Amino acid sequence: GGLVAEIEKKITEAFEVFDRESNKTVDVREIGCIVRSLGCFPNEAEVQELLAQIEVEEPGGFVHLENFLPVMTKVLLDRRFRPIPEDVILHAFEALDENKCGYISKEDLVKHLTEEGEPFTQEEMEDMLAVALDPETNTLHYRDYRIKLVVDETKTFPFNV
Amino acid sequence: MCTPLFSTLTVIRAAILIQKWYRFTMARLEMRRRYSLSIFQSIEYADEQDQLQLSNFFTFMLDHCTHPDSVSQIFTSPSAPQVVDEDLSLKEFEKKIDVPDSYYGPRLSFPLTVEDANALLHAFRNEQLLHARYVLQLLSETRRVLKEMPNITHLSTSYSKEITVCGDLHGNLDDLLLIFYKNGLPSEQNRYVFNGDFVDRGKNSMEILIILFAFLLIYPNDLHLNRGNHEDYIMNLRYGFTKEVSKKYKDHWKQILCLLRDVFSWLPLATIIDSKVLILHGGISDTTDLDFLNALERNKLKSLMRPPKSVRDRQDQTKKRVPTTKPSKHIANQHVAGKTQHNSSSGFTEPSGSNLPPDPALKEWKQILDILWSDPRSQNGCTPNKRRGGGCYFGPDVTAKLFERYNLKMLIRSHEFKPEGYEISHDGKVITIFSASNYYEEGSNRGAYIKLNPELIPRFVQYQVSKFTRRKNLRERVGTIESSALKSLREKIYAHKSELTSAFAQYDINGTGRISVNDWAAAMESVLQLELPWRMLRSQLAQMNPDGEVDFMSCFYDLKMGQPIKETQPALAETLCRYRKDLEIIFNIIDKDHSGLISLEEFSQTWRLFTSHLGIDVQDDSIDKLVLSIDYNKDGHIDFNEFLEAFHVVHRLEKKATS
Repeated sequence: GGLVAEIEKKITEAFEVFDRESNKTVDVREIGCIVRSLGCFPNEAEVQELLAQIEVEEPGGFVHLENFLPVMTKVLLDRRFRPIPEDVILHAFEALDENKCGYISKEDLVKHLTEEGEPFTQEEMEDMLAVALDPETNTLHYRDYRIKLVVDETKTFPFNV
Repeated sequence: MCTPLFSTLTVIRAAILIQKWYRFTMARLEMRRRYSLSIFQSIEYADEQDQLQLSNFFTFMLDHCTHPDSVSQIFTSPSAPQVVDEDLSLKEFEKKIDVPDSYYGPRLSFPLTVEDANALLHAFRNEQLLHARYVLQLLSETRRVLKEMPNITHLSTSYSKEITVCGDLHGNLDDLLLIFYKNGLPSEQNRYVFNGDFVDRGKNSMEILIILFAFLLIYPNDLHLNRGNHEDYIMNLRYGFTKEVSKKYKDHWKQILCLLRDVFSWLPLATIIDSKVLILHGGISDTTDLDFLNALERNKLKSLMRPPKSVRDRQDQTKKRVPTTKPSKHIANQHVAGKTQHNSSSGFTEPSGSNLPPDPALKEWKQILDILWSDPRSQNGCTPNKRRGGGCYFGPDVTAKLFERYNLKMLIRSHEFKPEGYEISHDGKVITIFSASNYYEEGSNRGAYIKLNPELIPRFVQYQVSKFTRRKNLRERVGTIESSALKSLREKIYAHKSELTSAFAQYDINGTGRISVNDWAAAMESVLQLELPWRMLRSQLAQMNPDGEVDFMSCFYDLKMGQPIKETQPALAETLCRYRKDLEIIFNIIDKDHSGLISLEEFSQTWRLFTSHLGIDVQDDSIDKLVLSIDYNKDGHIDFNEFLEAFHVVHRLEKKATS
């Protein structure tokens, strides 16, 4: 009842940010972004699975709010694609760190992330390197990088009461 | 040392996790970027609608001769002393305006040459001003040349390589210089079309006009200008150009603006290339008639913000002379004396169906309004453009029909902000080109221009002016945009404090000071009239207690007025805060001698008129008390800049950072 209404409002808000013409449609390529900004943590294959359940209007590849809403509401109610805990990400970086020295070389990082799993595009890789890489040593110190991003994420405007 | 073995499966899993997590954080960053732009745009459009109320107010003031001396002088009389006369030659300006030896800026000699243009570019790069005499001479010559041009310019690609089309510049000189740097200066081999909105918002509108007009005089067949909706003296009052001119040219601003009003009205309305590509500033409507547009007298419409005089006179005949009750945001829906105004597809106010024959001036006004104000939409049809209060939204079917009627292949227009500098819509038929990068804030968007080859295939060139030598990364850029957007939003929130407080109170039945997120969002949207993702923004705007309820007064904690004002009702202070920019404009107009002072009487009168016109409920004596309290010298005059400064919203934390 009340919970569903709340969830639907949240979804609608997120959807409308990407709804350029205010006509209740978004480009299908933005769906991944919308799903993630609602707090879900799917991989690319899971986003595609989700899209398969939603009617995509052709030509142009548009998704209507009325088709997106029920699917997304269920995702949130079922608590699917929950974010994984911080330390799991840490372990993931550690798994790529062969020598367990606390950093990963640029070459290894690029190799793993652009060739394995759900590969990064060149743009994604470059963007990550731009922020994450220590330019002097050409390595990623993953503990610092992670912390930097976590702080950013949870930052709210500080209030003076 | 043994290197531990790890299976390839673990590595793949790890890679997926990192990729997943990275895309998660990037998506949220993108969301922040989008809603920041959304905030900027919503506030901008809301401002534009408010501005219509202001221009309504000017109309009211003028038509009812309330301030005959000061105000109408600006608007109606062709003089401020001298000038603007048809036959006034360059020599007249030379005689009347002296250029001192101490002036080291460019000294123009007519007819202009490329050397003059280069001198201007060089001067403006070094932040010099062109002397008023040369400005007036330039404008006078420009008017003379523009007068010879038809309403719609026809170009052909037969003898040149490519034609470059640029969109809104809005006073961003850096963008124009960057375009010239990347694409070369205008010449016979390098033709340009500038599609309107050269002025307002940015701080170098004057310089952009000077450069464009100079090149127009040097290469009249190769540099083409279309009029935009901001080439309009009433828009300029609100959006900064008038202020820029008055500050840069303290002695001659009125003359310059007067002449500019004429020049703007002589700007061509559209350009057509090879009879196939139509270029105009806004868009089209289902009634757009290119032949009609080509034939009308375009210079008669100095501003599009008010219907032509003959139409206004007719309106006066059909309604009683009463101050309007609080007008709705959508000018097209005004009720006057019980009669509903006819809501045409162009918006703005038109007289309801009367027995009088249709006024040709009305058709002219509507036709030009449509091409300067309309926006494309993906849905079929042609509906009033509610967001702007003028022009329409036109769908692919409207475009198709126009193309069929006039055998066109493409429509290039500007008028709308685009994060990438351009956008293609209507299945490739409509291109929006926007050339002002960093329009809202450093890093908010790219600008772009179009290169059109003889096959009429467009090529887009994007750019972004960067003030910092080290390029910010995406996260930093989004951070900048976001804080700037939120700052604007908080100012708006503060300016509506009383209204918001009572809206919140209505939900807070038990007087706890807390309401649900839902109620908070509903109140914010209904008072501020901004369609924004309030739930998503909540954490940046208000505090929430552990129960999940919003402490609604925390919205205002960080904000306060510039100076504490004694004896003021809060509502009055907020009203002054909200209309600060508008009042500044009005007072500047009333201040004939540009002294920064107006009399208490003038202030009171104007204020009463303003609030009654806008339907703002303010107690009569409160403004008197306020006025007396700020008349520091007790000499019967107010320094209005000082006065208005008091109603500037200050962010407490920001003050702390700089102290």
